[in-house]
Amino acid sequence: MNSLWAVTWATLVKDVRLEWRSKDALNSMLFFSLLVVVIFVFSFDPLAEESRHIVGGLVWIAFLFAAVVALNQTWARELRNQVLDAYRVSPAPATGLFIAKAVGNFIFVCVLEALMTPLFVIFYNLHVLGPAWQLVPIALLGTWALVVNGTFFAAMSLRTRNREIMLPLLLFPVSIPAVIGMVAGTTAILTGEDSAHFYLVLLLTYDVVFTTACLALFRTILHAE
Amino acid sequence: MKKIFPILPALSAILLIYASYQALKVAPTDALQGDVYRIIYYHVPSAWTAFLLFLINFVASITYLVWRNDKSDVLALVSAEVGVVFCTIVLVTGPIWARPVWGIWWAPGDIRLTSTLVLWLIYVSYLVLRKFSTSAQTQVMAAALAVFGALDVPLVYFSIWFFRTQHPQPVIGGGGSMDPRMLHTLLVSWLAFLLFAFLVCWSRYRLELLKRGVERAEAMESLVGAGAAATTSLPLGRSPR
Repeated sequence: MNSLWAVTWATLVKDVRLEWRSKDALNSMLFFSLLVVVIFVFSFDPLAEESRHIVGGLVWIAFLFAAVVALNQTWARELRNQVLDAYRVSPAPATGLFIAKAVGNFIFVCVLEALMTPLFVIFYNLHVLGPAWQLVPIALLGTWALVVNGTFFAAMSLRTRNREIMLPLLLFPVSIPAVIGMVAGTTAILTGEDSAHFYLVLLLTYDVVFTTACLALFRTILHAE
Repeated sequence: MKKIFPILPALSAILLIYASYQALKVAPTDALQGDVYRIIYYHVPSAWTAFLLFLINFVASITYLVWRNDKSDVLALVSAEVGVVFCTIVLVTGPIWARPVWGIWWAPGDIRLTSTLVLWLIYVSYLVLRKFSTSAQTQVMAAALAVFGALDVPLVYFSIWFFRTQHPQPVIGGGGSMDPRMLHTLLVSWLAFLLFAFLVCWSRYRLELLKRGVERAEAMESLVGAGAAATTSLPLGRSPR
């Protein structure tokens, strides 16, 4: 247990420090989602009332695509200098590595969301009609849902041809229930027409189920060589 | 087992023709929908067959993850391939029926339609993974993805729980009443589809086993060949004893 914690912490600190110094993933994600927002603004010119109904979908599409950019870089970094092979032969627990990578991605995507949300509010003149604080748990649970599976599938697509395109092909179908929960939950809060409790429960269930599955199967995937 | 193989194609052809005859001629016309409804004799049996094949894929994938035997991996591959074909039939015949009856091709957010579509997407991604994976460990990754897909299906169902469904209730166990002749035709159709699916799966299974055998033999041969080449390329007078 102690070594699991140590490995997780060391890997997480290393990844965050690397990202802090290079800002590779964050910059590309930010610019990418900014482009998505701008293109959406040009494509739709909604009234305030309409935008409440569609922004839930737009926000999450932008974040989903941007998250894929970060997720693709997660493991590619470890391929250089055979770092991943070193992980494989080391006695360090594989789950620690996975948790660190997933938490690292979670932090990056959360930072992206915190920076991009004001832009959506400005561009679409958003005024939340429901309980706005519930957007926070929706965002946190939704982001974890994308990131935990994304980290897992990124490790899986490492050993495929054209791996950059492979990740969304694997991730999006499995993520559909989570995306439904995020989009419908956000729309329910923005319009204030429905309660978002059901979607919070859905996202929580999704997170618990797939976090367990990822932790159970990651060792198998890492050592599959 | 192999001796009955030649009989199967003939048997399933006869059964498919008989089922089509029953579906298009013998079964009575629906009181409300008219002849359009007859597509259920293709739609529903395909759906049952596809779901059964996906279930087989899940069980075979778990078996592979636990015991790592080649045959269950081949079974998983074959059932996914044939399952996707039958699932495609379901997704194509559904809208053809829905357009005249509901007035729309597709009902977005409908629980049955969405879950079938997501199931199809998951298994297509499964096949894409198998196609694009280059490493020798494709099997492990595909099996892991199959487990994820199977975990996803109940969540898809749960996620659209509140959406109302337009889809007709299940024919069997749904509380509806069906003309016994219609039910008979439906079951005959299902039997024909099942036999046909079994035939295709079996041929594909044997083909895949043969293919893997050939690959193994080629790998062995090149290993032996490389060994022989290494022996002959040794300098004269220093041949290994």
